[in-house]
Amino acid sequence: MKMARTEARSLRQFLAHGSSERFLWDRAACARFADLAGCTSLGGRLQELAGASVLVATASQFTTALALIELDGVARRLTILPPDADPGHFAALAERAEIDAVVIDSGSPANLPDLPIRVACAAEIVAADKLPAPSCETEWLLLTSGTTGVPKMAVHSLAGLTAPIGRNMVDDAVVWGTFYDIRRYGGLQILLRAVLGGASLVLSCAGEPIADHLDRLGRHGVTHLSGTPSHWRRALMSPAIRKISPRYVRLSGEIADQAVLDSLRNAFPHASIGHAYASTEAGVAFEVDDGLAGFPAEYLERCRDGVEMRIFEGSLRIRSPRTASRYVGAEAPLRGEDGFVDTGDMVEMGGDRLFFAGRRGGIINIGGLKVHPEEIEAVINRHPRVRMSLVRPKRSPVTGSVVIADVVLKSGGDRADEALGAVKVDILKLCSDTLPVYKVPAAISIVPSLDVGATGKLVRRHG
Amino acid sequence: MSVKLTIMEQMAQIAREHGKILAPLRDELVLLDSGLDSLGFAVLVARLEDRLGVDPFTAFDDALFPVTFGDFVKVYENGAH
Repeated sequence: MKMARTEARSLRQFLAHGSSERFLWDRAACARFADLAGCTSLGGRLQELAGASVLVATASQFTTALALIELDGVARRLTILPPDADPGHFAALAERAEIDAVVIDSGSPANLPDLPIRVACAAEIVAADKLPAPSCETEWLLLTSGTTGVPKMAVHSLAGLTAPIGRNMVDDAVVWGTFYDIRRYGGLQILLRAVLGGASLVLSCAGEPIADHLDRLGRHGVTHLSGTPSHWRRALMSPAIRKISPRYVRLSGEIADQAVLDSLRNAFPHASIGHAYASTEAGVAFEVDDGLAGFPAEYLERCRDGVEMRIFEGSLRIRSPRTASRYVGAEAPLRGEDGFVDTGDMVEMGGDRLFFAGRRGGIINIGGLKVHPEEIEAVINRHPRVRMSLVRPKRSPVTGSVVIADVVLKSGGDRADEALGAVKVDILKLCSDTLPVYKVPAAISIVPSLDVGATGKLVRRHG
Repeated sequence: MSVKLTIMEQMAQIAREHGKILAPLRDELVLLDSGLDSLGFAVLVARLEDRLGVDPFTAFDDALFPVTFGDFVKVYENGAH
């Protein structure tokens, strides 16, 4: 059923007016969205968290969703800990975000900072006599990826996070699904779309085989499904893709190339297929629904839905009410003086469209995880036979990019093919012993020289 | 070495490097059940380009993603000739 949306200021207020036949599912648990307006998953301890800066460190996405919905409008600040956060950074994050309470579940990491308030979140909700009414505009802190060291924390408001979501109608026949984790910007967008749009939502589960996930999405009758191009390529490789027939397919988080768009069109001939540009800092900037890679250059010429875009020094800049306002506890501003966020995504003109050409500084996106080439080069350069190396992305039909290393060897030494093969194996072993598996080069080429630019730095090409 | 044997050898090598257990490679094996994950396949495609001199998925925009091991080998056999 479609109906006009009620104006509300917090997530619980949105749910209070929705249909009772909408659900939140993960692999093992299920909750009725309408119940979340008046029940508690925090053992009735919400009052203790009123006005607090809360770290949401739950391990399951299901309990995370319950906690976020209950806390919005009550906590002063919510910091969402992503599943792959480095425990070595916990203390610094807690200090920067002035965190004074933590919400955990049975799978939360053991080495969380010692905080005055510790509240457990359960997957079972119980009726609460009286929950504190939403009374403040909560700050939502999302951790960025792609930085070396402690991640930055971008500050969003619920109004900014939900600004890209269609304003008028709710439709309880919609069942959202996402391959993302809801603790990252792309996944959180889908949770919010389900809550505000009056829909149901099927969550992903870490470690679940893709065939099982697609089977689950099919059983719940998913109508709207979202993921990165890498998520979608993996789904397209599974025979279980036949179990779903979404009417809306959405891609974001990586460059959507023509091959993946065409493969999705082939798999879902009747679906509407759109790719969105969004980042933790810049929010959702635009959506493209013409089935073509890149985006029309005319998007730059006029302000669309309050979003202004321009290209400066080759990178896309965005000014809109959907961007984060600032970083917490960091010196570098998130927006320039003119209010534009520099996305660091390089774009190039081709005909009347603009195409993404990789990240500034050569940062490589491997299936959504960002990799600094310098970190890998430093490891390769430790090998006794290596003079210098250049790590670069190579387009991959599976993960968007893979890491490739071009290596210049020191003079002397055995140059026979067999000996060079052994050096390559040795360098790869050094990388596997030192780096996480996604940072280990997929292939190594021995090259005679590398280009060094006028600044004395290696010449890096976007790609 | 045949295209198929090269692919089998590389898959075994990547499974070792990534700490995965490789299923017996029969033609009808669904690739996603082989033991390699997305990253493993991305590495495989890059290494095969190094060995066979062709990346059929990037070379032909209309190449569809193969589902079984047999389909995967066929894409390379067609690409190599």
